[in-house]
Amino acid sequence: MKQKLVIVGNGMAPGRALEKLFNSAPDQYEVTIFNAENRVNYDRIMLSPVLSGDKAFEDIIIHDDAWYKEHNVTLHKGHKVSNIDRDKKQVTSEGGITADYNKLIIATGSLPFIIPLPGHKLAGVMAYRDLDDVTAMQAAAKAGGAAVVIGGGLLGLEAAAGLKEQGMDVTVIHLMPTLMERQLDPAAGYLLAEELRSRGITVLCEANTKEIVGDGKVEAVHLDNGTVIPASIVVMAVGIRPNSGLAKDAGLEVGRGIVVSDNMQTSDPDIFSLGECAEVGGVCYGLVAPLYQMANVLAANLSGDQDAKFVPQDTPTRLKVTGINLYSAGDFADGDDREEIIFRDAASGVYKRLILQENKIIGVVLYGEASDGPWFSGKLKSQEDISEIRDMLIFGQNAVMGGANVDPLAAVTALPDDAEICGCNGICKGDIVTAINEKGLTSLGEVRAHTKASASCGSCTGLVEQLMTLTLGSSFDANAIQSMCPCTDLGHSEVRRLIKAKEIKSIPQLMQELEWKTSCGCVKCRPALNYYLVADWPGEYVDDYQSRFINERVHANIQKDGTYSVIPRMWGGYTSANELRAIADVVDKFNIPTVKCTGGQRIDMLGIKKQDLPAVWEDLGKAGFVSGHAYAKGLRTVKTCVGTDWCRMGTQDSTGLGIKLEKAMWGSWTPAKLKLAVSGCPRNCSEATCKDIGVICVDSGYDIHFAGAAGLDIKPTVVLGHVDTEEDAIIYILALAQMYREQGHYLERIYKWADRVGIEEVKAQIMDNAQQRQTYYDAFIFSQKFAQVDPWNERVSGLDKHEFNPLATLELEAAQ
Amino acid sequence: MNVMTKNWIEIGTIGDIPLRGARHVHSGDKTIAIFRNAHNKIFALEDKCPHGGCPISNGIVHDSSVTCPIHNWVISLETGQALGADEGQILAFPVQIDGDKILLSLGVK
Ligand code: SRM
Ligand SMILES: Cc1cc2nc3c(=O)[nH]c(=O)nc-3n(C[C@H](O)[C@H](O)[C@H](O)COP(=O)(O)OP(=O)(O)OC[C@H]3O[C@@H](n4cnc5c(N)ncnc54)[C@H](O)[C@@H]3O)c2cc1C
Ligand code: SF4
Ligand code: FES
Repeated sequence: MKQKLVIVGNGMAPGRALEKLFNSAPDQYEVTIFNAENRVNYDRIMLSPVLSGDKAFEDIIIHDDAWYKEHNVTLHKGHKVSNIDRDKKQVTSEGGITADYNKLIIATGSLPFIIPLPGHKLAGVMAYRDLDDVTAMQAAAKAGGAAVVIGGGLLGLEAAAGLKEQGMDVTVIHLMPTLMERQLDPAAGYLLAEELRSRGITVLCEANTKEIVGDGKVEAVHLDNGTVIPASIVVMAVGIRPNSGLAKDAGLEVGRGIVVSDNMQTSDPDIFSLGECAEVGGVCYGLVAPLYQMANVLAANLSGDQDAKFVPQDTPTRLKVTGINLYSAGDFADGDDREEIIFRDAASGVYKRLILQENKIIGVVLYGEASDGPWFSGKLKSQEDISEIRDMLIFGQNAVMGGANVDPLAAVTALPDDAEICGCNGICKGDIVTAINEKGLTSLGEVRAHTKASASCGSCTGLVEQLMTLTLGSSFDANAIQSMCPCTDLGHSEVRRLIKAKEIKSIPQLMQELEWKTSCGCVKCRPALNYYLVADWPGEYVDDYQSRFINERVHANIQKDGTYSVIPRMWGGYTSANELRAIADVVDKFNIPTVKCTGGQRIDMLGIKKQDLPAVWEDLGKAGFVSGHAYAKGLRTVKTCVGTDWCRMGTQDSTGLGIKLEKAMWGSWTPAKLKLAVSGCPRNCSEATCKDIGVICVDSGYDIHFAGAAGLDIKPTVVLGHVDTEEDAIIYILALAQMYREQGHYLERIYKWADRVGIEEVKAQIMDNAQQRQTYYDAFIFSQKFAQVDPWNERVSGLDKHEFNPLATLELEAAQ
Repeated sequence: MNVMTKNWIEIGTIGDIPLRGARHVHSGDKTIAIFRNAHNKIFALEDKCPHGGCPISNGIVHDSSVTCPIHNWVISLETGQALGADEGQILAFPVQIDGDKILLSLGVK
């Protein structure tokens, strides 16, 4: 007699298991299926093409009614099983249908997770899981209006793209800094966000939804940061939870999902489970490839093959949005026993990254050009040693299979003389080769100066260098430019130029467009890039604090024992009884061990515990103190002497000018630290002639000095020029500071910058070129609008709390 | 299973740690640094540079290493070992992720 096999749930996993079972043991079971959805088994992963209108439901049906008939399967559509009686070996549906079983399969899939936000029960809040959700979304799209999708993972983005196709205004809200962070590294996540934005989808990362509002139905979504986004529907695609409630009620062992052994058996030997609801080896799966493997194992098991076992393996991810090529598989985190091979082609938006361990591929991320995904993934699965093909590996199957020893110069050699090399300036190969030969050019800079090739956007730099190698032979070394760090071949000046030319406004964008060789930079380039972007795009660029050194992250100086020192501003070295009293009180209250006068005319409190910093600042702030930026690559001190106020030699109000300069310049970030001093006469009591910028007051006005050094190097300043009025002194100094801000290399003090660009060049721009001076001055003033925010006060108000507080304090028992 | 025998303690969520950043956890007189790298991988190390003892949770996180802010030693987040020419090692602790929760075990890796 046939055994009775009952299945709860009619999704993709049991569907596949039945196909296998009917093949290997056609007559063994009489099958009954209960399905809560009122329809046959369909290809759930193709719901997105249905949503976007590319496919109809009929196109994605896996088993039609005829199939069930042919295999004698009883399918109860729209019947949700509400009880399993293991003693009687019987299941009962909500509608009262019962069925007896010899073997039972639970395949109830997952439940979409709905965040219990205020307003989550309003009409118009939906998940993305089945055909009913798709129908609801299409109806909303027909009515017009806007949609908010919460969750920037695979499902959320497919929903967003589909809704956009249907004509809605779509906003994606994602909690994490980059999209699909589980499948993509930040570089690829960035490219994806840009692509979606270019399709008109608004993508908000690091955004947290506060509530959904509306009168009976959705009207808008409010974010934590106060943003209000009008919407008529909200699709929540924030994750799924294994649907294991029924199994749990039946007393089966349930962890995150229904616990099964590696042959799909639950804690009851007659009950099996597979699909998203099952937990194998502690893991629940959410992609069909492993579920189909479970189906194979279960079918084998049910037809008597006890040896079939589930072996976990990685499943590659692809996004099913037309025109977006994206592929990721394996483990793409980096580690020191791992190496990476990166290929970036900025012009065509391609990013490829392979992660290797002991010469084997362990992870793949491809964006823009993903056709080699399966080939890489094959190598990943087989754990093949790739050392032999390593050089060409990243170029994919054709390159590795096709060409032995491809000469990188062969392509340029083959170009005709009239082939255009530099598109921006219309320069051909012949022009460049002729210029090199006739003018005896030997460096990229010279070729740029003479031909303009690669002098605009810079994306043909590589080609120009190859032409130089071709023409000059080995005497030309493209790498002779000192690169910023091992992550790039570009030097600081190149990077700064390209940031402007290509309007690069974020670190991930920069790393992609300038073809960085690492995925996330290093300790050398990240702080430099962050500074360049801060300096070049005031008000637009969002400072990346994780790319700053600790002192600038917590706005205090770390000491060798891990405590901090705090130096508030004392404008121009001036203080008062009130200020001194406040300092004395803080020192007492927080048991600060050391108080010292600095070499910069102010007071340093040393040995403060990190967690005390905000409270220390709060007390200092009440007395009017702001951060002295004693830690910053930015404006430090403006030292002054007593000047005409008191000194019998003083010629001008040196203290007044010093304070004005400090008030105008505090908060500005500069390539390296910037220290000023103003002396009231040539006796120079404030040591202005060894500062980055110094002023010596004289009877007839102000001598402006710059490019001094008194630290690692000792060097007197040079005179920039003379101005007659205090007002001019300020304008010229701010313009000079801005010129340095725009041209300096990160960590390059002003005297080194001046040596590099030439003292005369600086004088020409600041002293002689009134228009340029005004431009620099205006740029400085504009950027200060955003920079002059006291960082201490911001942190007293709660910013970056996480920097100061422990994540947790563990009970000692728990630590045993 | 091995995992089961460890004593996992929930210390917070992934979102509590800035991307490419760190936090710290107190446990008695020990401090443990919890790192999150650009790929959302979480690591736990003794918060004490093998060189001079500085809390390395203050460093810059890049790839799966952290650079100590005091003298620029680079420490592997996976093993706690100093990289490059420097020699030294600090304790690395096992961490596990459950959903977005971070579980720490004080048994050494
Ligand atoms: C506190 C102070 C010493 C003091 O007690 O007087 C000091 C303390 C430090 N100096 Fe300084 N410098 C201090 C005035 C100076 C001066 C004198 C001045 O500003 O008039 C100089 C020479 C002028 C100059 O800047 O070149 C000076 C030249 C340096 C240098 C060498 C810089 C160079 O390019 O040559 C360094 C190292 C560096 O920056 O890389 C340095 C670095 C440091 C650091 C930040 C060391 C470090 O990397 O941790 C010290 C931080 C201590 C702390 O935690 O507070 N400090 N340092 C002074 C703070 C002034 C202030 O009120 O902000
Ligand atoms: C829009 C979308 C796109 C996707 N894209 C991909 C992709 O590109 N690649 C990929 O690998 N995966 C993708 N997935 C995931 C994939 O569809 C699932 O992993 C797979 O369908 C799960 O199969 P399953 O059989 O475990 O569960 P399901 O297919 O969810 O089936 C479970 C069924 O059980 C029914 N049920 C639940 N409880 C009961 C009960 N008590 N009684 C009776 N019936 C019940 C449910 O109504 C449901 O029909 C996508 C999913 C969605 C929603
Ligand atoms: S010497 Fe000059 S600068 Fe110094 S205190 Fe006297 S007047 Fe002022
Ligand atoms: S204390 Fe960390 S490098 Fe010296």
